Amino acid sequence: MNERLFGIHGAALTLRSERMGVIASNIANAATPGFKARDIDFNAALDARLSGGRSSSGAASDPRTGPISGMVYRQPTMPSLDGNTVELNREQVAFAENAVAYSATLAFVQGKVNTITRALKGE
Amino acid sequence: MPDQPPMTLFSMTTRAMSAQMVRMNAATSNLANAGSVSSTEEGAYRPIRAVFAVELDRASGLAGVTSSGLVRSETAPTKRYDPAHPLADADGNVWEAGVDETSEMVEIMDSARQYQNLVQALQTAKQLMLETLRSQ
Repeated sequence: MNERLFGIHGAALTLRSERMGVIASNIANAATPGFKARDIDFNAALDARLSGGRSSSGAASDPRTGPISGMVYRQPTMPSLDGNTVELNREQVAFAENAVAYSATLAFVQGKVNTITRALKGE
Repeated sequence: MPDQPPMTLFSMTTRAMSAQMVRMNAATSNLANAGSVSSTEEGAYRPIRAVFAVELDRASGLAGVTSSGLVRSETAPTKRYDPAHPLADADGNVWEAGVDETSEMVEIMDSARQYQNLVQALQTAKQLMLETLRSQ
């Protein structure tokens, strides 16, 4: 039902929100020795989520049950001595890009909801 | 930690900000004790450093940060010959705390930058959440 209503945007919005958490984790651990920065490969994760949601009924599409597919470690431009691979400039750019994409997806979802609401009201 | 509520973006940022504050306080204490003098080598002030550790929350996939403790660095105090000093020992030596002011200042600036970054990220995330909530 959810998928028919919002198409790709429902899954995309969840994924954008999760990616925001992952990048925020990187920013939080910018000074932790040995921390490996992670990121979500958005295309791969979205593909996995859409196909997983369609093939099995319910259980596999729950994002909380398993690790997010498409999770990748970030390749640092220059390795640092303490093993930390967070580069703040990259995280900032990724966070900003993700925030804009989240807004865009949200606008699509809102548009869908408005369309349905207007159709229901019969305006 | 079995009784902990699941980590949210807010609690994660709060913890990270506290950790940065611990780090900044440690560096500030070092700066405050720079130039402090002791009459024995053991009594001289040793700089402290905050140690950070990852705190992975499996339920949400978020990785917070916690300061797992403070360590005293083994920087040797500087021996200075100053017989006129009231704290000088029998040989006329005093020991000055081995604090590198420049590196402490850099530590504070780095910490402040990361703190700013966290606040910015939290603001953006909060704004997006509010936008999502407000949309009917």
